[in-house]
This record gives sequence, structure tokens and C-alpha cells, in this order.
Amino acid sequence: MLRLLMLASLACLAYAQAPAPSGNAQKGKQLFQSYGCYQCHGREAQGGTGTGPRLAPKPIAFSAVTKYVRQPTGQMPPYTAKVVSDQDLADIYAFLSAQPQPPSAKSIAILNN
Amino acid sequence: MASNRRKFLKSAVTGAALAAGHPAGAQQQAQATRPANAPLLARETDPPANVEVLTADRPGSDFMVDVLKSLGFEYLFANPGSSFRGLHESIINYGGNTSPEFITCCHEESSIAMAHGYAKIEGKPALVMAHGTVGLQHASMAIYNAYCDHAPVYIVVGNSIDAISRRPGVEWAHSVQDAASGVRDFVKWDDLPISLPHFAESAVRAYKIAMTPPMMPVLLVADGDLQETPVSPKARLEIPKLSRLAPPQGDISAVNELAKMLVAAENPVLIADRCARTEAGLKLLVELAETLQAPVMNQNGRMNFPSRHPLNQSDGRGLIANADLIVGLEVWDFWGTINSYRDQLERTSKPITKPGVKLVSITSTDLFTKSNYQDFQRYAGVDLAIAADAEATLPSLIEACRKLITADRKRVFEDRGKKFAAAHQQALERARTEATYGWDASPISTARMAAELYAVIKDKDWSLVSGGGWPQRLWNFDKYYQTIGGSGGAGVGYGAPASLGAAIANKKHGRLSVTIQNDGDLMYAPGVLWTSAHHHIPLLSVMHNNRAYHQEIMHLQRMANRHQRGITRAGIGTRIEDPNIDYATVARGMGVYGEGPISDPKDLGPALRRAVAVVEKGEPALVDVVTQPR
Repeated sequence: MLRLLMLASLACLAYAQAPAPSGNAQKGKQLFQSYGCYQCHGREAQGGTGTGPRLAPKPIAFSAVTKYVRQPTGQMPPYTAKVVSDQDLADIYAFLSAQPQPPSAKSIAILNN
Repeated sequence: MASNRRKFLKSAVTGAALAAGHPAGAQQQAQATRPANAPLLARETDPPANVEVLTADRPGSDFMVDVLKSLGFEYLFANPGSSFRGLHESIINYGGNTSPEFITCCHEESSIAMAHGYAKIEGKPALVMAHGTVGLQHASMAIYNAYCDHAPVYIVVGNSIDAISRRPGVEWAHSVQDAASGVRDFVKWDDLPISLPHFAESAVRAYKIAMTPPMMPVLLVADGDLQETPVSPKARLEIPKLSRLAPPQGDISAVNELAKMLVAAENPVLIADRCARTEAGLKLLVELAETLQAPVMNQNGRMNFPSRHPLNQSDGRGLIANADLIVGLEVWDFWGTINSYRDQLERTSKPITKPGVKLVSITSTDLFTKSNYQDFQRYAGVDLAIAADAEATLPSLIEACRKLITADRKRVFEDRGKKFAAAHQQALERARTEATYGWDASPISTARMAAELYAVIKDKDWSLVSGGGWPQRLWNFDKYYQTIGGSGGAGVGYGAPASLGAAIANKKHGRLSVTIQNDGDLMYAPGVLWTSAHHHIPLLSVMHNNRAYHQEIMHLQRMANRHQRGITRAGIGTRIEDPNIDYATVARGMGVYGEGPISDPKDLGPALRRAVAVVEKGEPALVDVVTQPR
């Protein structure tokens, strides 16, 4: 998992300059469910225990996401263009980008037990 | 022994034939020639020509119960079965249904898993009985789990060895030449005693074998005739003494060598999986870690190390990669711990350790390994393999380390300890921050569920008897019974019954047993809910209801993506919905307090508090929480 995150971060740096295409966040939310992304990453892309890392809010650069999704270097199964189109990915990216910041841990009393 | 039963069958058949062939008119005529009470009078006063013995004061099963009582079993988990009817009757009447007490299970898989969970809390086996055929077949998966998990379970199966004494029909289908053969690959020892002295000796031997590390299930066959035939007044029956058992310690020269390596290492890492079997084991591992100020990565096969101890580095990033010495303490999968593995079309792996790292294992698995089932994992190729029980080896290892620590090394260790204390605090804060993502999501995030549950139980004497992940990151585990590890063989259906077995062990200690219960797991044998209500076993089950066999969904997605066919149909065969199961109603239907389904996180805390109040009164309760997948 750590290795995956590091690779994703490196990819993020390399592709940080590429602009994110326009996407439909509402449609992206539906695709995030129907493509089963949530099974590993959670319905809010918050990450899962021992499965997939957190993807949102503030996702890595779109080009890095695309590169990793198409040709993952870690455990994630590949999602080729035959399965998920570039536009679908753009919509999913819009959904990830639209996720709000959570409250701080210190503001949640039961997280400080 | 077969002759008694044959005589009984012969007379029964003869009597039935006579009754069937006797014309009704003849019966009436015969009755008319005698006074109304004559038949009764005749039965009581006429000297019988050939008296059939129909009762027995002391069947063999009574002596078997004497033997089993000598081993100190508290509970017998069983679904009733005719092949051990003699033992069943002797336990509840002759034995008074105490030590062991009969706990009615609805499936033999549940019986074994309950004993599995019980053993990990109580540190000793419970008794399980089953048919040697259909019952043992049901039980087999759970036996495999206990075998893989190194948990002692004591199994007695009924069988009818003598073909001539079997009842026609079902008893033949319930009889087998070699009952243990179906599970012999994953029990440590089995036997088929053919006399009561043989039973006594094998019963005590089985207990000794089960309780010697690596602890594992054992099985005895109790022959039906041996159970039901009266004990001869001339029989000389004795119960052998159960030895005090000393678990195998590591060879002292190897332990001294390891101590030298530990004291000299700059970046040692202690990895514990099924290391701490007892409260003493937990304390000893803390003592070793503090002596060396060495980090501990807990793989949670047992309650090895306190979760909030500064040297707990289970979330340690780069620890293994940076280590110059890695010591595995009862680590199930050492190879998988020091290698990365990639499950793509071409499966690849590579070490995650740095060149020159020294690897040492202490494990009782090296003392007992079978061939057929492959639970022993890939060969790790360690530098020093100490074949011994890790917990039993810790005292000599600690002592050897202490003798070698100089003032200079002590200063180095203290500096190292400060660094790890800071890293531990950062890991805790990181976990809390990660838990905030999806905090208000519906379905409820597993982090939120864990936090809400902990808030309700943290000030009580709690025991998380199944379920992991977020609790290990967020909760303060510091007592040996607060977690007991997983199933061992990853056979689904372990969680619910093992939790209940652990809960019945916790009951007499007044602990609050809590389980995070997977939905797919509960559906294997939901009858455990009835068992919990019937026997008043206090257990709070919090459903982790993601409405799927989630692990399998991910595997199916992997296959579908690999084949570029899309993953939209991956739910076929893997989802548990349409209809959604209403677990609270299922629970109530079996006499268990039930709440839910709860999908709004704001409703969760109050529901948990109500359920805990029920459990604290001594009854089971279930809260159905509709959750995120993981």
C-alpha cells in the first residue's frame, strides 16, 4: 500500500502540469459506484482498511490518475480504455475533486478517546 | 459387548412378529379367560423363563464422563447425535450437566468454532461432540481453522464400529471404518479406543498433545457399544494422571546467539503474530521490547502487545525495509512479511528488506508440520530458526539480552526508544485523521463504527472477540483478553460462533464481550444467535453489514478487469442483497435483542448504548449497521 502511494505521488509530480479535463461530478459519483471503485476505496473515496488508499479530497493530478488506472504498478487491477473511457475517468475525477474536506480529528470527541 | 444388543434386537423382533401375527379375536378370547388385572399380576408374580436385562446401572459412558471430568472441561459444545447418545445422557444425568455443561449448538461447525474462540480466551480446550460421520463432516472446516490458528479443541465423535450391532438403516449411514480419516490431515492426533482403559489413557494423552505447543485440535472416537455396554463389576478402571506441561523452550545456545544479535543490532524489529498465548506472554513481550527499546510490529494473531505502547510500531513505515535484524515470534507467514507480492497477470515478488538483513524465527510450527494442506506458507530461509514456543522462550531471551547490555548500548537504546515514541504518537494522530474521511457517510464508514463502539465500551472491562482493522488503530488494547486474532484458515463462518465461544469464556470473568460481525460470516450458521439466547451468553454483535462477500467481489473485479470485460457484473454471486437481510429481525426471531438496520451514523451511538445495557444484564444483543465495504 505504501509503495502504491509513493508511486502515485511520484506520478503526481511528473504529471502535475497536465490540466484536468472537464467532467460531471454527479455522473462521476454514479460511475464510481457502478465501476466498483468504491469496493476498495470507499463510497466517498475515503480509502478502505487493507484495500485501496484514500483518493479524495484533493486527488492527485488527473494525468497521474489516468496513468495509474490504465497501467497500475501496484496491486490495483488495470482499468483499460475498453472498460472505462477517458470521459468516464474525467467524470470520476470531477467527483473526487468535489469531495469536501472532513472535520478535523480534534473536533470529534470520540476520536480522541 | 455386541451380544447384549443382539439379544435385545432378537427379542424385540420376536415380540413384534408375535404381536403382528396374533388375530384380534384370539387376543380378546385370551383376555376373557382371566380377570381384568391378570396380565399385570402375571407379569409381576410369574417366574420369568428367560429374563432379558433391560437396564444398566453403570454404562461405559459414565466412566468416560469420569475421565472427561478429570480433564477439567467447563463446556461441551454439541449438536445432539445418536452415535453419542450414551455419552450425552451420562453427561447430563450422571455428570450433573456441569463441568462440562452441555451447550446446544445448531451446527457442528458452530460447535468447533465456539470451542476455538473459548480456547483463545481461557487458554484451554473445550469439549466438542459430534457424529463421526455427518457431524464431523459439518465440523471439518472449523477444525481446519483451529488447526491453522494453533488453537486446542478436544473432539469426541460417536461411531458404531461393530457392524453386527448396528441398528438397520440410519446407524449404518452414520457409521464409518475410520472416522478420523476425513480430518486427519488437520488434527494433531486421533485415536480409536476399543476398551474403557484404552479410552482413559487416550483421552488424557489427547489432552496433553492438544495443549503442547503448537496447540491444535485432537480427536477421539467413542464407540457406541463402549458407551452403552455396562461396566463389568470386575473391571479395574483407572484414570491416568495428566502431567503438568512445560512448553518447549528454545535451545539455550541459539537463544544466546539471538541475544547477541539483538543487542548489537542498530535497527532490530520484533514481529509478533501468535506469540502471546497468555497474560504472561503479553507482559514478557513488553519486557523484551523495553529492554532493547526495539519496535514491535503486531500482526494480531493474538493480543501480543499493547496498542498504545510507544514501541508499538504496527503502522511502522519503512521499518522492515530499514531493519538490520528481524525476529519473527510465531509469525505465520514470515516470507510474506519480508517480501512484496503483486497479484497481476504475471505474479511477481521481491524482497522488501535491505541486503544483509539477518532473519530469525522462533516458532513452534517448526516442531510439527504436516504435508497435505499448505497452511505452512512459503519457505522463508531465515538465518536462525529456533524451533520452540516463542512465549516460553522469552524469559531466557530477556535474561540473555540483559547480561549483554553495556552502558553504551543502553544509551543507544534510550535514544532509539524516544524516536519510536514520537513515531507512535504520529501514527495514532494519522489514524485519527484518516478516520475523519467519510465520517458522516451513509452507509456508515468502518472507522466511524469503530469509534462509536469504542466510545460506548471504553470505560468497561471489554473484550473484542472478533473483528479488526480500525479498532487496532484507534482503541487502547492493553489486556491479554481484549483481542484473540482471527480464524486461522480464513474459512468463512468462524466469526459468529468463535465470538460466542469467547463470550461464554468471558462470562464468568464479568467481561463485556463485543464482536464486529461480518454479514456473510453470520449467514453460514446463524443458529448461533439462538444458542446465545438459549444459554444467556452476553455478547454484543455489531454487524459490519456491507451486504456482500466483499473479498470475493474484489477478486472478481480483478479477473474481469484482467479480461477487459468490465466489472459491472461482478456482483453476480458475490452480493448479499435483493432482498437485504434484516439482521435485527433475524436476531429477534431467535430470542436476541436486535436493533437496526442503521445507516445514519447519528443513530449508531444511542443504539449501541441500548444494546450494551442489554448485554450488561447478561443477555445477547445485535445491532445491524449498514456499512461501507471496508
